Amino acid sequence: MTLTHNRPIADTAVATPEFEAANERQKRRRGLLLALPAYAYLVLFFAVPLGIVIVYSFATRNRFGGTDLTGWNIDSYTALGDSLVRQVLLRSITLAVITTVLCLVIAYPLAYYMATRRESVRNLMLVFVMIPFWTNFLVRNYAWYVILGTDGPLSRVTETVGIGETRLLFTQSAVVLGLVYGFLPFMILPLYASIERIDGRLLEASRDLYASGFQSFRHVLLPLSMPGVVAGSILVFIPSLGAYVTPEILGGAKTTLLGSYIVTQFLTARNLPFGAALSAVLMVIMLTATIVYFRKGGRTL
Amino acid sequence: MNLQPRTRWLLIVAAFAMLAAACGSDGESSAADGDAGAECEVGDTDGDLALFNWAEYIDPEHLEAFGDEFGIEATMTTYDSNESMLPIISAGNSGFDVIVPSDYMVGIMIDGGFLQPLNFAAIPNSTNISDDFANPSYDPEQAYSLPYQWGFTGLAVNTEVVGDDFPRSWDLVFGEGASEYAGQITLLNDPRETLGAALKSLGYSLNSTDQGELDEARDLVAAASGNLAAFNTDSSDELLTSGETVIAHVYSGDAFTQFLETDNPEIYEFFVPEEGGTRWIDNMAIPFDAPHPCTAHTFINWLLDGGQGATLSNWNYYGTPNAESIDLLDEELNEFLTSPAVLVGGLDSVESIADTGDFEINYADAFTAAKG
Repeated sequence: MTLTHNRPIADTAVATPEFEAANERQKRRRGLLLALPAYAYLVLFFAVPLGIVIVYSFATRNRFGGTDLTGWNIDSYTALGDSLVRQVLLRSITLAVITTVLCLVIAYPLAYYMATRRESVRNLMLVFVMIPFWTNFLVRNYAWYVILGTDGPLSRVTETVGIGETRLLFTQSAVVLGLVYGFLPFMILPLYASIERIDGRLLEASRDLYASGFQSFRHVLLPLSMPGVVAGSILVFIPSLGAYVTPEILGGAKTTLLGSYIVTQFLTARNLPFGAALSAVLMVIMLTATIVYFRKGGRTL
Repeated sequence: MNLQPRTRWLLIVAAFAMLAAACGSDGESSAADGDAGAECEVGDTDGDLALFNWAEYIDPEHLEAFGDEFGIEATMTTYDSNESMLPIISAGNSGFDVIVPSDYMVGIMIDGGFLQPLNFAAIPNSTNISDDFANPSYDPEQAYSLPYQWGFTGLAVNTEVVGDDFPRSWDLVFGEGASEYAGQITLLNDPRETLGAALKSLGYSLNSTDQGELDEARDLVAAASGNLAAFNTDSSDELLTSGETVIAHVYSGDAFTQFLETDNPEIYEFFVPEEGGTRWIDNMAIPFDAPHPCTAHTFINWLLDGGQGATLSNWNYYGTPNAESIDLLDEELNEFLTSPAVLVGGLDSVESIADTGDFEINYADAFTAAKG
């Protein structure tokens, strides 16, 4: 806005209200034109599919496993109250919380260490954190599959050392390990960003005033890095809640989590309305988490 | 966003128009026109062939040979489940000329109007099909489909660990003795196959629509899941031969090809338990809106030639429905397919999976509940 007012106006042009309004309109039009590709992309590939999911969740499965877009009803949503669904949901949330907490505990000291190094060391470490992303997520999961297998390198090592072979593949621990490994960078990066920004002199001041190491962490570092903690937790929690690949590959599909339960609805039960309703619920949970983030931490990040 | 009201309104209308268009094309099923089948002569081609098939189901060079013989381009796209193929065909304009749906899916696709009737005048080789495969329950008039390959679902065992003296029964995975191999057993990650195995072991039909029977089967799978390494469909055969597991619920062709890739295939045994199991048949069919129906008919006819059928089986190691191909099969494959040790309970003990309509939901839920 201020730009318009400060711009020198040619002597001949009179700053009438009409002129101002026309100028304003033109500026908006130009803005819209620039944003149009992004808009079109979002509408086409996000809003429309989302709309289809919502529409389908009120439709009816027919006898042949097709979906009839007639006889709209909320049966799919009432079916969500079923104890089977509640169990799956509860199990998925528990796993996502465990993953998030483990990521936080592992990532915080690392992020602090990184943030307090020289700039060159810092940048090098950042690159190391991001290197795993150069490889496809699926491939990395299969790598763990090989590592954790009974005949894999890990088992070989424990056998040579004399502890006997390890059976980790197809266990819940393998799933947690895979998830923590996969989502750890999502925790490290926001934590690093918010810790790096903290004025180190505040920590020095707290120590000068006889705060113990823990006290200055508890009362200075942690509160100041809270935006990073919240952002990282949400970035880890959301994908772990819907995780599909890791539990299927490393967990051997032995317990059903939300992601694979939704896939089952689409590909085996061919119950698209119920699958759509489950997806809608998952989105509501994630949306709630995101709103919490914007209320609690997002503004200051 | 400071959009002008009119612009915003326009965007919303556009979004809903697209939404309606997307839903409309999906929801209405277009029926095939007429019942006569495409008007084609034997050996006619009306363009390139686009085959939509399961992965690892035909030698790419074999497909190329068809293209070379008829002077066209033959290409293949693959899918990994009937359920993922169905929506692609039913949406229309898939561009595919020939598809390979399994037995129950043929029934679903006929009901939905997604297949066109075959013109048998253009497929003289259809007489090569052995009588076992004529007029199947899912296509009783044999008007829409012709068999491609068939196989069993059963158990594969590493006899070096389990020995030779074990029951050729589903008790091996569902019975008391299974705990001896805890953590070294896999079952298929498929509700119909795995609950079907449990239903068979209880003496019921694997197409049961009785909730009481299904509940019993669910409890049996739930009890067995404690002894499992995994529920796995894609790599259960590799897990067995890599030593990760010793008993695997597998498809016959997968098991057999995997055995032959090892240094000592003789230590593995595949059988269909005495209580029976699944026999499945995959079929060739032409989608209702196939762009080149004559090329499609010619391809089906070509593949049903005795020699071509044998080439197909000798590559993918599944059973051939073609009576003229049997004598041309590799000896070890033929031995495997006809061995009485494979089909312990005889041909009467096996069933094909049929679509159970709304009961499919009960199967999916029972499987989720059994996994815990």
